[in-house]
Amino acid sequence: MSAATWVAVGAVGGAGSVARVYGTLLLGRGVPWRGTLAVNLIGAFLLGVLAGCDVRSTTYLIAGTGLLGAFTTFSTWMHECLALWQGGRRSAAAALLLGALVAGLVAAAAGRAAGVALS
Amino acid sequence: MFAGGVVGALARASLAEHWGHGGGDWPWATFLVNVVGAFVLGAVAVRFARGVPGDARPQAGSMCHHLPPADVVAHRVTPGVPRALLGTGFCGALTTFSTLQLELVSMLRDGHTGLAAGYGAASLAAGLAACWAGGRLVAPEAGR
Repeated sequence: MSAATWVAVGAVGGAGSVARVYGTLLLGRGVPWRGTLAVNLIGAFLLGVLAGCDVRSTTYLIAGTGLLGAFTTFSTWMHECLALWQGGRRSAAAALLLGALVAGLVAAAAGRAAGVALS
Repeated sequence: MFAGGVVGALARASLAEHWGHGGGDWPWATFLVNVVGAFVLGAVAVRFARGVPGDARPQAGSMCHHLPPADVVAHRVTPGVPRALLGTGFCGALTTFSTLQLELVSMLRDGHTGLAAGYGAASLAAGLAACWAGGRLVAPEAGR
C-alpha cells in the first residue's frame, strides 16, 4: 500500500465516520438504532456494488475498505442490541440482531448483483 | 469523530491488508476488529454515558445570547468529546458491518455454508459478549 493510498484511506475513513453520524441522525428520525440500521444496509449494498464491479484493488481499498467500512459499524449495532436487551426490550433486541443480519446479507447480495449487471 | 474515524479506518485497513484471506478462510482481520471495537465501545458507552437527553443543549428559553459564544460551544461539545472521538469515531470506523456481510455473501456463494454460519454466529456472539464485558469492566454494577 503506497503512502498516498494510506493518506486516502485515512481521509475517507474520517469522512465516512462523519457521514455515518449525520446519516444516522437523518435516517433514524429520533430512533438511533433505526438510523444505524439504515446506514449499515446502505453501506452493505454499496460495498456489494463495488465488489460486483470488480474494481481495481486500490479503488476497493479506498472506497470499500476505507470509506464504506468506516461508514458502516458493527460495534454500535452490538451496543444497541445490548442496550435494548438490558432495557427489558428483549424481543426488540433479538429482532434487531437477527433482522439486521438477514437484511445485511440481502443488501450485500443485491448490491453485488447490481454491480455485476453494471460492469 | 473525524480524527477517531481516521485512526479506526487505518487500523482496520492495515490489518485487512496484512491479514488477507482466501475465500474459504476465516476472515480474522474483520472478526478481530469487530470484537475489539465492540469491547471498547461497550466500555466507552458506559464510562462516558450520555446524561439526560437534551442536557447537552442550552435550556429552552434560556438567554443564550447572554453567554459568550465560546461558552455555548464548550457547553454543547465538551461532554461528548471522549465519546465522539473514541466511540463514534474510532470504534465506529474500526468495526464494519458492510465487510462482514459481504464476506458472508462470498462464503455462501462459494458453497462454504458451514463457514458462513460459524463466522456469522461467532461474530454476533463474540460481539455481544465483548460489548457487555467492556461495560462491566468500567462499571461492574452496570451489566446484567
